[in-house]
Amino acid sequence: MTLAEAILLTITTAATPLLLAAIGELVVERSGVLNLGVEGMIVIGAVVAFAAAQLTGSAYLGALFGMAAGCLFSLLFAFLTLTLVANQVATGLALTILGLGLSGMIGESFVGQRGVQLDEIAIPFLSSIPLIGNLLFNQDLIFYVSIFSVFGVSWFLFKTRLGLQLRAIGDSHGSAHALGISVIKTRYLAVMFGGACAGLAGAQLSLVYTPQWVENMSAGRGWIALALVVFASWRPLRVLAGAYLFGAVTIGQLHAQALGFGIPSQFLSALPYLATIIVLVIISRNRRLTLMNTPASLGQSFVPDR
Amino acid sequence: MRIELEKRPAHSALFSMLSPFIALGLTIIAGAILFTALGKNPFDALYSFFIEPLTELWSLHELLIKAAPLILIAVGLSVCFRSNNWNIGAEGQFIMGGVVGSIVPIYFHEWNSFVVLPLMLIMGMIGGALYAGIPALLKTRFNTNEILSSLMLVYVAELFLDWLVRGPWRNPEGFNFPESRSFNDSAVLPELFPASGGANLGIVFALIATLLTWFMMRHMLKGFEVSVLGQSARAGRFAGFSSTKMIFFAFLFSGALAGLAGISEVSGAIGRLQPDISPAYGFTAIIVAFLGRLNPLGIFAAGIILALTYLGGEAAQISIGLPDKVARVFQGFLLFFVLACDTLIHYRVRLVTAIKARTEGEGAS
Amino acid sequence: MKKLILALSTAAILSVASGAAQAATKVCFLYVGSKTDGGWTQAHDIGRQELQNHFGDKVETVFLENVPEGPDAERAIERFARSGCELIFTTSFGFMEPTLKVAKKFPDVKFEHATGYKTEENVTSYNSRFYEGRYIQGKIAGMMSKVGVAGYIGSFPIPEVVQGINSFLLGAQSVNPDFAIKVVWVNSWFDAGKEADAAKALIDQGVDIITQHTDSTGPMQVASERGIKAFGQASDMIDAGPETQLTAIVDTWGAYYIKRTQALMDGTWTTQSIWDGLADGILQMAPYTNMPDDVKQAAMDTEAKIVSGELKPFTGPITKQDGTEWLKAGEEADDGTLLGLNFYIKGVDDQLPQ
Repeated sequence: MTLAEAILLTITTAATPLLLAAIGELVVERSGVLNLGVEGMIVIGAVVAFAAAQLTGSAYLGALFGMAAGCLFSLLFAFLTLTLVANQVATGLALTILGLGLSGMIGESFVGQRGVQLDEIAIPFLSSIPLIGNLLFNQDLIFYVSIFSVFGVSWFLFKTRLGLQLRAIGDSHGSAHALGISVIKTRYLAVMFGGACAGLAGAQLSLVYTPQWVENMSAGRGWIALALVVFASWRPLRVLAGAYLFGAVTIGQLHAQALGFGIPSQFLSALPYLATIIVLVIISRNRRLTLMNTPASLGQSFVPDR
Repeated sequence: MRIELEKRPAHSALFSMLSPFIALGLTIIAGAILFTALGKNPFDALYSFFIEPLTELWSLHELLIKAAPLILIAVGLSVCFRSNNWNIGAEGQFIMGGVVGSIVPIYFHEWNSFVVLPLMLIMGMIGGALYAGIPALLKTRFNTNEILSSLMLVYVAELFLDWLVRGPWRNPEGFNFPESRSFNDSAVLPELFPASGGANLGIVFALIATLLTWFMMRHMLKGFEVSVLGQSARAGRFAGFSSTKMIFFAFLFSGALAGLAGISEVSGAIGRLQPDISPAYGFTAIIVAFLGRLNPLGIFAAGIILALTYLGGEAAQISIGLPDKVARVFQGFLLFFVLACDTLIHYRVRLVTAIKARTEGEGAS
Repeated sequence: MKKLILALSTAAILSVASGAAQAATKVCFLYVGSKTDGGWTQAHDIGRQELQNHFGDKVETVFLENVPEGPDAERAIERFARSGCELIFTTSFGFMEPTLKVAKKFPDVKFEHATGYKTEENVTSYNSRFYEGRYIQGKIAGMMSKVGVAGYIGSFPIPEVVQGINSFLLGAQSVNPDFAIKVVWVNSWFDAGKEADAAKALIDQGVDIITQHTDSTGPMQVASERGIKAFGQASDMIDAGPETQLTAIVDTWGAYYIKRTQALMDGTWTTQSIWDGLADGILQMAPYTNMPDDVKQAAMDTEAKIVSGELKPFTGPITKQDGTEWLKAGEEADDGTLLGLNFYIKGVDDQLPQ
């Protein structure tokens, strides 16, 4: 393995959970719902995936359970904000508090156990391509899912009728409702999709990234994922770019430290955050283009008039 | 069976009052079930959560210390959120307030004068406001989404503070441990009633900010402007209000209050700069702002209640050995119930069964 | 019904009796992290459990976990003092000022603060010479590493961590004078993912041994995946790398907590400034594994020499990073300098913030 290859591999591992959680949140926000509970859903996914993998011995079952757990947990948010029209920002933050506490409770007996690692699946022929083969086609299942989800979501949003409806709801739930689209039902499904993605992102943390369970192991990645959706101005391919940019700068700064440049580590650690701001400043200067992709009814509650 | 909401013609004053109590009732029931399931006596647990912190005078002081920064930040944020500006980075503005406000007591540590403290507070407010000005500037000049920029700047502020206290601002007499000099007496926020506990001027600032903001939102043109532009930028423009100016106003206002909270915390409760000066006050305050329904008076109450759950969680850990994770879960319950019950203010909630729905449908046709 | 009343009254009598016998000594612990963090806080909590088991009914232990440094810590300590705690251990450097502040208000309560430097009439400061263990690790690394470069994952540049880096390097240079260290700071005590990334970055840059001054087992797992060797930190991390861990520095606070509680019970507790090492049992080395016999022998010899006092890691000649002399041949560093250590010795590629 060459140095460049090794670095790229590290970047993919760091970027995958961000990408998954962000792509899920992107769908949620495209439907007009702002769920700030990503951090909580990731951490629930992580603990349940780990526990399930330990109990069944299968990392795949673990990942599945992690996804299901994230999805179930997001239902709590959906019920409050969609059925009871509670404030979305506050409910999302409360979901994070609950998720961090609950995961600590569930995970108490699993702390310190050696985890089950999700193994790599080499895709025949493709994985032997020089340079990119090992990187792109000899990875774990969650990596493949994360890449697939970008193109899947992109296709769904822009090429299918359902996707069009979902975007319509996000832009103007009133008009969408008038056209006979079921706003609440679609939003429920979107939130659940976001929860499942965040759950899978959590599973990646506890089954691939560092196969173990430790409290608060999401370590703020949910917040970064939220920022990446904004960074991407709600476009799936840009989420891919954003997650990998963030991952690359994060890993790059560690390498810069190891090379011993003598720059205070705090400044290097701040680079990923500054880089995302600067790139966003550059790409969002076109006001019209940005507005076009921003879901206009983001964060607003909807109650059908009868 | 499903749940249906019906909008009330006007918001219900009755439920406006009642909903917090209904939420409390539900939380107590859910909490009792949770604690019993974990083998703890539910009465003891609930007592230590809600009552024990209120039974002693010193603990009441601590309640105010904990609540003050939450209220100060949340009151500022309420103006921001009402004007539809999404400042998620109050945590960073809190930190920068603490940093800028500490310049005087760190560089002029032998200066003992009555002007030191006011100077610190003003500089803290300026520090917070300027830091909040960055997302505002980026939003108005470059159309950069403020959720991302304000959030990312939190991490930058944390690392900046970390570098300061480990590098240039490290206490020269402190064995190279990461903290600044201790502030001298004239740079410490005075305690209100030193005989009975440690509550300092911070809570007074919180109270003043609450009342002034309430007055502004209720009785001043500026408050009207905030609401109009928040509801619809277009309508605001027709009324002759500038949304660019409003973006700056909202961010600078909330940043200044977060900065004031930061320097008050550093000067009053901590007494020096250290790597960690905030247990995520800036994020918790977002919840406080919405729990208080973006109304300054409501925020004051919400800040006290949230602070109580932190103190209660500790009391429960000590007196009945309730794990700290359970305390967090219980806190989550409380928040969910409060948010859910607020629905009752604007809506009637009805359970609709399939049969009932059908007969209704027939009746209508 | 009668039986029930009888049972209840007996229970009441019993409880009165046990209450009357002798009130248990209440010992309280303040933790900065979660008691199951697998590292720093967990080591303290194991110490608390040993204390509880040692004294049984005679002590009551209470703890608060995940307490942020600052006003929250001050409030927590005051709550301890008011709830009848007689001896309070505060187990993070950032708890030093809050501890002193509360101690002033409660002169009859005894306080012990870990890893700080200030003491008072009723406040003892206690610490462990972790760097002694680091020296042994360095010795092992010096013998095992083929490239002569080790990767060091640091949390924050505080003297304790700097001591560790220097001591590790001195140990390694005693075998291979050209030995060097690459340092990566993750600016966190506990972030498994970030620590793992740092380990990967270091390995990618060619180091073939990893050591860490952060608390998660992330780096150990990475080392095990990449097939290189590593050292554990704070707790025995052998489960995370059965074929990877060479040894680990294990914090063993239990004996100290028992000793101090006993002193309190006997009425002999006095304020002290304690900096114990391997000889006192406040830290231990996990079993030496995954290494050839000669390296194991050398490690054990080094450990024996440190325990007996024959070997002090910071003994000259030692040259600073900038090439100036720190200690002359045979000269030993004094505790004051060590406690505030903020410079590297020759062979570290990193710069400390000044």
